[in-house]
Amino acid sequence: MREITYRQALNEAIDEEMQRDKKVFIFGEDVAIYGGVYGVTAGLWKKYGDERVMDTPISENAIVGTALGAALTGMRPVAEIMYIDFIGLCMDQLNNQVAKIRYMFGGKCKVPLTIRTEGGAGRTLGAHHSQSLESWLIHIPGIKVVMPSIPYDAKGLLKSAIREDNPIVFIEHKMLYNIKGPVPEEEYTLPIGIADVKKEGKDVTILTYSRMTLFSLKAAEELEKEGISVEVVDLRTLFPMDIETMVNSVKKTNRVVIVEEDCKTGGTGAEIGMKVIENAFDYLDAPIIRVAGADVPMPKSRVLEKLAIPDVERIKAGVKEVLK
Amino acid sequence: MGKLDKQLALKLLKQMMEIRKFEDKVMELLAKNIAEGGSHLYAGMEATGVGAISVLREDDYITSTHRGHGHAIAKDGDLKTLMAEILGKRTGVCKGKGGSLHLADLSKGNLGANGIVGGGIGIATGAGLSIKMQKQDKVVICFFGDGATNNGIFFECLNMASLWKLPVIYLCENNKYGMSVSVERASSVKDLTKKALAFGIPSESVDGQDVLAVREVVGKWVENARKGNGPAFIVSNTYRYYGHSRSDPRIYRTREEEKFWRERDPILIFSSKMKEMGILTEEEIKEIDKLTDKEIEEATEYAINSPDPEPEELYTDLYA
Repeated sequence: MREITYRQALNEAIDEEMQRDKKVFIFGEDVAIYGGVYGVTAGLWKKYGDERVMDTPISENAIVGTALGAALTGMRPVAEIMYIDFIGLCMDQLNNQVAKIRYMFGGKCKVPLTIRTEGGAGRTLGAHHSQSLESWLIHIPGIKVVMPSIPYDAKGLLKSAIREDNPIVFIEHKMLYNIKGPVPEEEYTLPIGIADVKKEGKDVTILTYSRMTLFSLKAAEELEKEGISVEVVDLRTLFPMDIETMVNSVKKTNRVVIVEEDCKTGGTGAEIGMKVIENAFDYLDAPIIRVAGADVPMPKSRVLEKLAIPDVERIKAGVKEVLK
Repeated sequence: MGKLDKQLALKLLKQMMEIRKFEDKVMELLAKNIAEGGSHLYAGMEATGVGAISVLREDDYITSTHRGHGHAIAKDGDLKTLMAEILGKRTGVCKGKGGSLHLADLSKGNLGANGIVGGGIGIATGAGLSIKMQKQDKVVICFFGDGATNNGIFFECLNMASLWKLPVIYLCENNKYGMSVSVERASSVKDLTKKALAFGIPSESVDGQDVLAVREVVGKWVENARKGNGPAFIVSNTYRYYGHSRSDPRIYRTREEEKFWRERDPILIFSSKMKEMGILTEEEIKEIDKLTDKEIEEATEYAINSPDPEPEELYTDLYA
């Protein structure tokens, strides 16, 4: 199978959906001429023109609010919030309008809206361009939250997100854009809300998502040499969470390590852990371990930034801890 | 925009009466604790909503505000399902999940009232964008209050609407107070029409108690927007009779000021004018008044006698 980058996979997903459905359009800061700050929408402006690939003013609240208005009245916007760090600027629209409007209106409207954004550390961009804020979003009923880790998932899930009649926040990771992986030439979609066992194992389950999936796979590979068999479950969608796949893995291994890049306190891992406890407590042979981001604003220093998020060594230590 | 004849006069008067009596009834239900929660009443402001919406086509859109009962009625709302929604009943226009702050009916082009000040401005602007992208000739009227003109999304969206020449009429209902704080105490610019100048959007103010004046001004800018000439900003000067909400003791305004505005009552102004012009007779006006009373009673009875939502409806209608 051919190999393409995560960036290219996302670009193909948008391109194919724009070809398929004239209601789909791209809307955000620097998405047209520039092609997006990380190049995801490169080439689409030339192909589809100003009418369907629109550079907006730097007005995050209006981007989300306007995309909602367009979604309610017949369009299918793919809006971009350049960095997830800017989501605070549009949280009112996202939380109070986008997520709630269908429920508040008694189910009498559809909101076919995809909001693409990008998060995570790794480029020493400091506290305003490196955050992992997904836990804010899974706390808002009415939206779905998708965070793919590999090109194949990125493409299949983004296509499904664009086709879905619900608002979806699709969070990419800035350190994954150049990662290559196999992606078929033929068209495909992947279901939202379904996790993927990225590696099978029998001793410990790692529950993770986004870039930390790749770190966890590396840790699992190294642990294999030490005779420890690790199963890596990539959640892919954080809301709704695929409890069945999580529980099936826990039943097999009886031990859980959660690996997440976001700050530990009040983080996504807390929710993942409670879901395990609520649904598979009797199968646990040891307390759940969290390997998570530090509870600090992301520091600029390369040295400190590395310490602020999990790495392969700390994931390995977490697995060994849960096996004690 | 239709010519002023008996049929139109009857429609305008009837809608204003419906809103007034609907709001008086809601106040009564609140006082009796039959209606729970908050309700922000539109009484006193009828000429603005009715006049503005009367120039729209059925397929045009509006976005409304936290004081949205009047807009919902004027946009061809059904009194029964609106009243039922205010009581949180299953038969309500939003199945009892929205309430007073979220009255909406997309089938009638009402994109919803809103619990957030300025909350409809993004939606209206996006509806305008959608109209333009789909090459339709619809128009959006975006209602909001004076308070919303100090909110960030107002500035973000007016910029976008002007930049892309979107068919949106931004209609500020200046009723002088954002809850208790007067325009004078909240806005650096007292003449709110000036706020549109920064975006190159034409703006105009209108006597919001005169339904015909509102029709004329809004009608002119709606037609302009329909032709593809972009947005307008209109400030309608008006007044709410009741307090901000039911618990409001109105200590921030004088009884003299209230009296002044009550003498400028939109229903009285219009009724007198129609009689003077010989378009409606006293008998006809009394007849509509009686008919409206009856309809409000029926709507209230319907709402009170309607069932509550079923427990299992807690989790329905969230996702498509």
